[in-house]
Amino acid sequence: MIDKKGFSQHISRQFNEELNQILNRVMSMGGLVERQLGDALKALAEGDKELAERVIRGDDEVNAIEVSLDDECTHILARRQPAASDLRLVLSVTKAIIDLERIGDEAERIGRMGLNLTEEQRQLGIMSDVVAMGQRVKHILHGALDAFTRMDAAQAARVAEEDVEIDKQYDQIMQRLIAAMEENRAAVRQTLNIVWAVRSLERIGDRSHNICEQVIYFVKGKDVRHTSFAEMAEEAGINPAGDA
Amino acid sequence: MMAEINTSTQERATPSVSLAGLRSGEATQNEARPEAKLEIRDLNFYYGGFHALKGIDMQIPAGKVTAFIGPSGCGKSTLLRAFNRIYELYPNQRAEGEILMDGRNILSPKVDKNLLRAKVGMVFQTPTPFPMSIYDNIAFGVRLYEKLSRRQMDERVEWSLRKAALWDEVKSKLRQSGTGLSGGQQQRLCIARAIAVKPEVLLLDEPTSALDPISTGFIEELVHELKQDYTIVMVTHNMQQAARVSDYTAFMYLGQLVEFNDTDTVFTNPAKKQTEDYITGRYG
Repeated sequence: MIDKKGFSQHISRQFNEELNQILNRVMSMGGLVERQLGDALKALAEGDKELAERVIRGDDEVNAIEVSLDDECTHILARRQPAASDLRLVLSVTKAIIDLERIGDEAERIGRMGLNLTEEQRQLGIMSDVVAMGQRVKHILHGALDAFTRMDAAQAARVAEEDVEIDKQYDQIMQRLIAAMEENRAAVRQTLNIVWAVRSLERIGDRSHNICEQVIYFVKGKDVRHTSFAEMAEEAGINPAGDA
Repeated sequence: MMAEINTSTQERATPSVSLAGLRSGEATQNEARPEAKLEIRDLNFYYGGFHALKGIDMQIPAGKVTAFIGPSGCGKSTLLRAFNRIYELYPNQRAEGEILMDGRNILSPKVDKNLLRAKVGMVFQTPTPFPMSIYDNIAFGVRLYEKLSRRQMDERVEWSLRKAALWDEVKSKLRQSGTGLSGGQQQRLCIARAIAVKPEVLLLDEPTSALDPISTGFIEELVHELKQDYTIVMVTHNMQQAARVSDYTAFMYLGQLVEFNDTDTVFTNPAKKQTEDYITGRYG
């Protein structure tokens, strides 16, 4: 953890430890969720049932970390009454872990779709596009978590903007899936497995975008939810030329 | 037809409810800060040769609670004590610069300091009831400034004690000594005494530092009630108290005003690192 905000400089060493503890645990929760997503995508693409089962079971661990982190944040709020960047850190952690937990749920769902998918479907041309979208989603999630670790608002704003490309891919894939279902109504039930997986990937992109917003909030103290990318970049301290 | 189902996620719809002003910091930028009750211009203060306040410029908003925070020796109590010139009780203490109240420089020797102190009341850290009855504690100051009939004085005493949220506790023992009250009650008696002369500004110098949490809660609630009628300036070492009760917060350090802003902004996103380090308990 990069201590840009001086989270180790409190007079109370115990408070330093508590803040660093929640930061470290967010990182390990993030790492776990990234691994879940990676495994889910692999299971989906390769039809690895065992891996899919492992992803489904692994979600319990993600949920448990969320509950315990929430508890730690509640304790800090009650006992330390944090202010300024300390307060913003605790608030952004409580929000970011909700997104991480949901990303875990989406990964689990992708794992389930991996179980449902037939070998025939796995051979469809569209699957390579789904996998490509999955790689991009993994990349944005990794970028969001990295921005959190580095406490880098400018990086967060740049990563958030990548969500636009994910949304474009999502739209294209969905149009093709809809067309395929219209062509072959008998295959609707099976095709829906792919639809759900793609939908989950799109949601993970949105959730990663939310995490980026939380990074900007806790680093800069600016609430950039529901603003344009241009406003977000400005609040994050990126000048119009694109430099941080 | 299925193809017409809109699956697009790209449009970021304009929200039907405007979010402007809902975010912290925006509201205060949009709303003009209330009119200043006290305007401090280039104020310097000296204890003999020691330069305790260095070029303070600030405006204390009318009808609001302003808190001064900062480490011991930063000058916050000194600044408070300049507002009613109470420092003049001590030799070798002097203020330079201007403090305008309703446009008039109260530091000018032409301003009668006794009349000034009736307009700018003060309550201290340790409750200081006079060694006399509860009734006389209130009436004593009023008699210095006004000639009231017995009935008018009774009304004034009741009014002050009600304002200070003490009436119900003392109405049956007004002739008993003020020193027999609990610490929290004594402090409310001092507040009643200060408001009995109908001041415009109330200065509170760490008013709850000697009180238990329940009494502190009563005083804080009282401060909230009183700001409807008075401009209140409070010095506190308790940061959470400043956050709870004040509308504006000034952070002072080494005799200088480091940051002055609305309390929400100071406690969620202070502009200066020194402020941040102080309110978050970091060693800067």
